[in-house]
Amino acid sequence: MSRTPGNRGSRADSRVVTGSELTPQRREETAAVLARDVRVRRGTAEALRGVSFSIAAGRITGLLGPSGGGKSTLMRAIAGVQAKVTGELRVLGVAGGGAAVRRQLGYRPQAPSVYEDLTVAENLRYFAAIRAARIDGLLERVGLGGQTHQLARDLSGGQRARVSLAAALVGRPRLLLLDEPTVGLDPLLRRELWQLFAELAGEGATLLVSSHVLDEARHCHDLLLLREGQLVAQLTPSELIARTGTHDMDEAFVRLIEQR
Amino acid sequence: MRRSAARTLATCLRVLTQLRHDPRTVVLMILVPCMLETLLRLIYAHHRASFDQAGAPLLAIFPLTTVFVVTSIALLRERIGGTLERLLTTPLGRLELLGGYALAFGLVATAQATIASALTLGPLGLHVRGSDVVLVVLAVSVALLGMGLGLLASAFARSEFQVVQFLPATILPQLLLCGLLVARQRMPAGLHALSDVLPLSYAVDGMHHLTLQPGAGGAVWGDVVIVLAFAAGALVLGAGTLRRRTP
Ligand SMILES: Nc1ncnc2c1ncn2[C@@H]1O[C@H](COP(=O)(O)OP(=O)(O)OP(=O)(O)O)[C@@H](O)[C@H]1O
Ligand SMILES: [Mg+2]
Repeated sequence: MSRTPGNRGSRADSRVVTGSELTPQRREETAAVLARDVRVRRGTAEALRGVSFSIAAGRITGLLGPSGGGKSTLMRAIAGVQAKVTGELRVLGVAGGGAAVRRQLGYRPQAPSVYEDLTVAENLRYFAAIRAARIDGLLERVGLGGQTHQLARDLSGGQRARVSLAAALVGRPRLLLLDEPTVGLDPLLRRELWQLFAELAGEGATLLVSSHVLDEARHCHDLLLLREGQLVAQLTPSELIARTGTHDMDEAFVRLIEQR
Repeated sequence: MRRSAARTLATCLRVLTQLRHDPRTVVLMILVPCMLETLLRLIYAHHRASFDQAGAPLLAIFPLTTVFVVTSIALLRERIGGTLERLLTTPLGRLELLGGYALAFGLVATAQATIASALTLGPLGLHVRGSDVVLVVLAVSVALLGMGLGLLASAFARSEFQVVQFLPATILPQLLLCGLLVARQRMPAGLHALSDVLPLSYAVDGMHHLTLQPGAGGAVWGDVVIVLAFAAGALVLGAGTLRRRTP
C-alpha cells in the first residue's frame, strides 16, 4: 500500500467544508469528476437536489450516507446512464459522457450485474473482449481463483458480488465507480477489498466507492456525505473526526447533521 | 473498425456460450420444427397436395416464433438484470450489441432452418420446385425479423410473463392473415389490405412461390427483400428503445 488512507488531509480550521491541502482552484483542475449544482429528477421527486463537489484523481473517495440519499443516482449520473441530469457534471474532463470517457470508466452497479448463465471466467472474458483488455490475475485479486469455472448463478451472493466487481476492474479503468462493493461481505474479505482499492489508487486509479456503512469511511482518502439528495459535507476522515470530536463514524455523521 | 468488429464478435460468442450452457433450449429449437413438420406430414398422409402447400410456409414460421421468444427474453433479462446498463457504460456500442445478437441468432436460425428443411425436403418428401438455398435464406431473413420484433417486445415488457404474451399478440394475428388458412386474395378487402402491411404475409408468399416455381424466381427475392426491410425497420426501432440514459 502506497499511502495510508485517512490521514492525508490537514485539520479543518474553518467552517467551509472542503477537502484536502489543495487549493480549490487546483482541485478543480486536477479533478476526475467535477459537479456543479447537479440535480436529478427521478419519478416525481428530485433524487439529487443540487450537489457541487470535486473528486480528486488518484484517490479513494467514499460516498456515504443513509439509504435513499442518492448515492446510486449520483453514480449512475457519473457513469452516464442516468436520465434527467441537469447542472454541470464533468467526468475525466468531459461533460456529457461519450465513448472516450466510457473507455476509461469502470462501473460496478449496486446489483451484481453479471450473466448468471455464464461461468466466472466467461463473464470476465466477455467484458475483457469489449475493452480489448486482459484479465490475468484479476480473479485472484478479488479472491475468486477457485471459482473460475463455476456458473455465476451457482455462486454465493458475496462471490457473485465480487465477479461484478472484477468485471468493473477489467482493463484498469482510470475512474472506478463502485456502488456498495463491500455490502454483505465478511470483515476479513471487506478488509482485503479495501486493501485492493488502496492498491488500485496507488496504481493511479480514481475510486468513488459508496457504502451506507459509515464505518468504512476510515478506509477512504476523501468523503462525500450525501443525505436526502443533498451534500452534507465533503471532507477527509480526519477532518470529520476533528470537526465532530468522535472516532465513532455513525456518531460523527449524526453530529455533523446536528451542527448544520 | 476492427475494434468494433471484435466487440460485435465477442457479443455473438457470449450469446452462443449462454446457449451452450442451456442445451435443452437448443435441442428444443432444433427438434420442435422437425417434430411439427413430421406431424403435418402424418396429418396430410392422404393429401399430398395439402402437405406441399403448407409444409414450406411452416418452415418460415418456426424461426419467427423461436427467435422472437429467445431474443425478447434474453434482452429482457439484460434490461432487468442490469447487464445492459453495465454494457452501456463500456465502449460497446448499441449497434455492436445488436449486431452480436443478430449474428448469434442468425447462426441458430440457419441451423434450425437447414435441419428442418433437410428433413422436410428429404425423408418427408415435400415437393418444392424452387431452390433449397433460397428457402434457407428466406427462413434466416424471417429469423432476423423475429429478432427485431423480439427486441421491440422486450422494451415494452416489464416481466417474462408480459413478454411471452407478446408472442400471441403479435405473431398469431399475422399467422391468421398471412394466407396460410385463407388465400389473401379471398379475404375481405380490409383484411387483405391489413395483411399487405404485415411481414409474415411476404414470408409465406415467398414460400408459396418457392413451392410452385422452379429455380429462384425474381418474385421470391422480392419477398426476401421485403422481409429483410421489415426486419431492418424493427431492428432500428428496437435499437431506439435501447436508451443509454434511463430514469
Ligand atoms: N427508478 C426510480 N424511479 C423513481 N425514483 C427512484 C428510482 N430509483 C430510485 N429512486 C428514488 O431516488 C432516491 C435516491 O435513490 P438512490 O438509489 O440513489 O439511493 P441510495 O443512496 O443509493 O440508497 P441505498 O443506500 O439504499 O442504495 C430515492 O428516494 C429513491 O426512492
Ligand atoms: Mg444505492
